[in-house]
Amino acid sequence: MSSVADYALPNPVTDNRSGLIGKGVDRYEGPLKVTGSAPYAYEVTPPSPPAYGVMVPATIACGRIIAVDAKAAEASPGVAAVWTHLNAPEQAPRGTRVHPRSTAPSRPVLEDDRVRFFGQPVAFVLADTLENAQAAAHLVQLTYEEQTPDVDFHGQLAKAEQPPGEEDVEIGDFANGFAQSPAKLDETWCTPIQNHCQMEPCASIAWWDGETCVVHTSVQMVKPAQHGLAETLKIDRDAVHLMTRYIGGGFGGKGQTYDDITLAALGARFLGRPVKVAYSRQHMMHGTIHRPATVQRVRLGATKDGQLTAMSIMTTTHCQRDGHFTEHASNFARSLYAAPNRLTGHRLIHLDLPGAGPMRAPGEASGMLSLECAMDELAEALGMDPIELRIKNEPEVDPETGKPFSLRQLVRCMREGAQLFGWDRRNPRPGQARDGRWMVGMGMAAAIRGNFLLPAKASFSVDRHGVITVRQGMTDIGTGSYTVLAQIAAETLGVPLADVRVEIGDSELPPAPGSGGQFGAATAGSAALAAGMNLRKAIADLAANDPGSPLHGGPAEAVTFQDGVIAIANRSESLASLIARAAPEGLTVEGEHRPAADARNWSQHTYGAHFCEVGVDPVTGETRMRRMLGVFAAGRIINYKTARSQLTGGMIWGVASALTEGNAVDPRYGSLVNQDLASYLVPVQADIGELDAIMLDEADDKANPLGIKGVGELGISGAGAAVANAIYNAVGVRVRDYPITPDKLLGAMLAR
Amino acid sequence: MRPFTYERARDPQAAVKAAAETPGARFLAGGTNLLDLMKLEIERPQHLIDVGRLPLGQVEETPEGGLRIGSMASNTALAADARVRSRYPVLTQAIVAGGSPQLRNKATTGGNLLQRTRCAYFYDTSKPCNKREPGSGCGALEGLNRNAAILGASHACIATHPSDMAVALVALDARVETLAPDGDAREFPLMELHRLPGETPEVETHLIRGELITAVVLPPPPEGGQVYRKVRDRASYAAGLASVAVAGGRVALGMVAHKPWRAAEAEAALAGGASPEAAMDAELASASETGRNGFKITLTARLGAAAIAEAKGTR
Ligand SMILES: Cc1cc2nc3c(=O)[nH]c(=O)nc-3n(C[C@H](O)[C@H](O)[C@H](O)COP(=O)(O)OP(=O)(O)OC[C@H]3O[C@@H](n4cnc5c(N)ncnc54)[C@H](O)[C@@H]3O)c2cc1C
Ligand code: SF4
Repeated sequence: MSSVADYALPNPVTDNRSGLIGKGVDRYEGPLKVTGSAPYAYEVTPPSPPAYGVMVPATIACGRIIAVDAKAAEASPGVAAVWTHLNAPEQAPRGTRVHPRSTAPSRPVLEDDRVRFFGQPVAFVLADTLENAQAAAHLVQLTYEEQTPDVDFHGQLAKAEQPPGEEDVEIGDFANGFAQSPAKLDETWCTPIQNHCQMEPCASIAWWDGETCVVHTSVQMVKPAQHGLAETLKIDRDAVHLMTRYIGGGFGGKGQTYDDITLAALGARFLGRPVKVAYSRQHMMHGTIHRPATVQRVRLGATKDGQLTAMSIMTTTHCQRDGHFTEHASNFARSLYAAPNRLTGHRLIHLDLPGAGPMRAPGEASGMLSLECAMDELAEALGMDPIELRIKNEPEVDPETGKPFSLRQLVRCMREGAQLFGWDRRNPRPGQARDGRWMVGMGMAAAIRGNFLLPAKASFSVDRHGVITVRQGMTDIGTGSYTVLAQIAAETLGVPLADVRVEIGDSELPPAPGSGGQFGAATAGSAALAAGMNLRKAIADLAANDPGSPLHGGPAEAVTFQDGVIAIANRSESLASLIARAAPEGLTVEGEHRPAADARNWSQHTYGAHFCEVGVDPVTGETRMRRMLGVFAAGRIINYKTARSQLTGGMIWGVASALTEGNAVDPRYGSLVNQDLASYLVPVQADIGELDAIMLDEADDKANPLGIKGVGELGISGAGAAVANAIYNAVGVRVRDYPITPDKLLGAMLAR
Repeated sequence: MRPFTYERARDPQAAVKAAAETPGARFLAGGTNLLDLMKLEIERPQHLIDVGRLPLGQVEETPEGGLRIGSMASNTALAADARVRSRYPVLTQAIVAGGSPQLRNKATTGGNLLQRTRCAYFYDTSKPCNKREPGSGCGALEGLNRNAAILGASHACIATHPSDMAVALVALDARVETLAPDGDAREFPLMELHRLPGETPEVETHLIRGELITAVVLPPPPEGGQVYRKVRDRASYAAGLASVAVAGGRVALGMVAHKPWRAAEAEAALAGGASPEAAMDAELASASETGRNGFKITLTARLGAAAIAEAKGTR
């Protein structure tokens, strides 16, 4: 196994001879997407005309199905089958893992009469057209024995328990340290449930080719989806050929599969023809996971000159009755600021709600909404600039583990951001600036998000035309994976981008963990570099050993790759001519990357600083983001354009978290009240003023051989806190219950 | 969606005749509201009479110096009409405060007036709703009713009428022209089109079954400034929490009642020389709070006062 020291050795990507790395290269698949010719799962053309499946969601949150009347649905035009738990095809019991190395266990559909959450698929209709299936789905009559759902998160905080297997982390003596601090802050913040609201809902199409189930779906991680389906269907894992070529957003919500994939596969087997199944927009809200609500108590103790002496963030959150997920909203704080006495931990409540699960920057996205506002409050109480307070508490080494940071440029992000944004124009006294009817304020917040690397494989091929093909079971959820893999391949093999093909999103390709935890580019890219290096070696050996090549005789180690030409000093030929002559069938090699054995000796994160200017209408309490800038330190940037788009997209989500976004639960029914995009408010163009993200020029040579880190989740981390702090600066009141809607803000302003 | 039959009306007379004669018939105009509701099976018409291509799309001058707006004029065309923009700016402001450009391209004047509430419990067919299923109860009454009505609500229904355009039209003293199934043309103040919920929230207007709105008529513009302001959680493409239209001495409120609300008390107070704040207080003296919507009383008072002052040019 390699060592982190090896990462610092030069390689074609870090050499960046052709300058492709870092450039704002257009999306590899962009033209297909904007012309509507990239088939998303539901749009894939099957080998024969498909049938359509529609799910019937439960209309209660907790209870049992005691009677089913499917007669009207069965008699409805075009209907081929109506399934409930009474007659669903046989599947493996939940949680089965026949193959010990399966990356996901079985997940049967319509498994029993129990209703565990509102929106749980409880019946399924197969028909010849979508319209017929939908019409019949409304005719399925289910009678329930209803139990009162237990969903009142805020009413049950006292019942919260330590998540299984977890302990609070205390360094020093928090209680004492806090008690003795000259300056103290003790406040509580609330964040609501959020839904991923991907543009593309979860959807699958499946058909059977002999004993093989061919399925196109929309999922962030290929192998668990393939394995989970095979386990559920009780078939060999290789008997599932899963593809997920284009994905209309994932954000963590597609880190797992849902009932659409299983129902499509079962339906296709039952009918002997392809079957399509998709969630409706409304059904996505309940039928798939959400980011759970949190209540976060933050306590900060400091000296009068702003040295933190005690720091605590304790998060209470919730997950599904039988679930295990914990929203670790306190964890990020363990590496952010120095303080001798520290306490962080989590409490969990199990509720009869749909599953809680990961959503873009799980932990940070919620957690930074509290601590980064608390720092703003403390700075004000101490009469300090919020940036100076943060710099004062900048740790030398990881404040909990004592490990060195791989590379930490948080201070530079804040300083450069302050200058670019015009932070010096901010009046620290709130409520002073006006622009017409708007009260104007500025706020800032720091950003931190862990950096991860996982094992992955990739294969590289070269054909007789000198075209390089990258193949990897990676996914592109809209982030730019296709494009960065193409850039890495082009730079590694010294060929123009036009001579690179990328094939991803297929269970038959060398496995990669997929997209999530902002580890995608680093993980997939490191494996791609390894495979590319192996292909370089294979090509060099081929040339050195081919009597017909001007490079014959080598030395193979001296072969250079540039512009599609291989050369040793002034001996050269085109890659295409070598392959056409010496290996006309082409060459294919695999490569693999595993994290270095000593990778954990460093504390590794990505960093940033958000700056925001808002206007608040003092008559109505409406807040509008006017200007926002993020400065980020996230290692080497492979593609300026796709990285910037990830960062600004995250920042926009932060604006939404601060101002508009959230699902309200009606405790009487155990359901979410807002169920469509007209009532679940994500920002529209008019909500986002001037917005920019700047990336520091850095490379983290402890992270991976590419020196890159993640950007997908960094942008949202802390962004909403900058908005909230700007609101305070504009009007002088704090709302600690997100989102900060006009009713809450106006109420707070009038109460003052 | 339930299966339904469809016809395209030849002329307004044929449309109202078909509507009166066919059980479960509904008019289809832009379809931006009706089709959404049909997909969710909140509306379950058996027959659709497409009136979208009837020649009722013009905006014409009236001899009195006002405008007659055909009921099929699109929201986009109406908002962009130069005469509307110069003489009735409050109407343009209100229309563009609603929906999105795509919706406004399809939405018609008649359909906009008759759009149904955005009450979340009305939209979720697993919940009780007297408007959707008369007698089933009101899910919003003890639910998450932050955006419920503060004026004229009943214990049967606390929903609001969500139209922006209608608020401006009420402030402009518009009148509605219709064609009844018996072929008779009627016309009456737009203020009298919608009903308060009372015991029968499912009955939303005073139109009779099969009656077609053919036009909305604007009197000459009133003396004085015109302003439309809407408060919403997001800057665009969001239902309002409250809105106000001011046209000269007339004031109408939106998203606060089951109908666009003519603020007669406020108008009277203003005519008597009251301040904008006092006028709004007079109007909202009868406002009442249900559950979580109390903030809307304060919000509407402040918004109304600001808009009245703005229209007067005093702020
Ligand atoms: C996501 C979303 C957001 C929206 N936001 C807003 C907003 O912010 N503000 C706002 O004001 N509106 C908003 N709307 C509503 C939109 O304005 C209405 O859907 C639209 O105006 C309806 O017009 P239409 O022609 O499409 O009506 P249709 O959907 O065709 O019809 C609506 C109703 O009117 C009846 N009808 C139509 N024409 C006539 C007629 N001439 N005579 C008698 N009956 C008739 C139909 O039978 C039906 O019952 C929004 C809609 C959506 C979907
Ligand atoms: S307020 Fe009216 S529309 Fe809403 S649930 Fe109650 S009855 Fe239905």
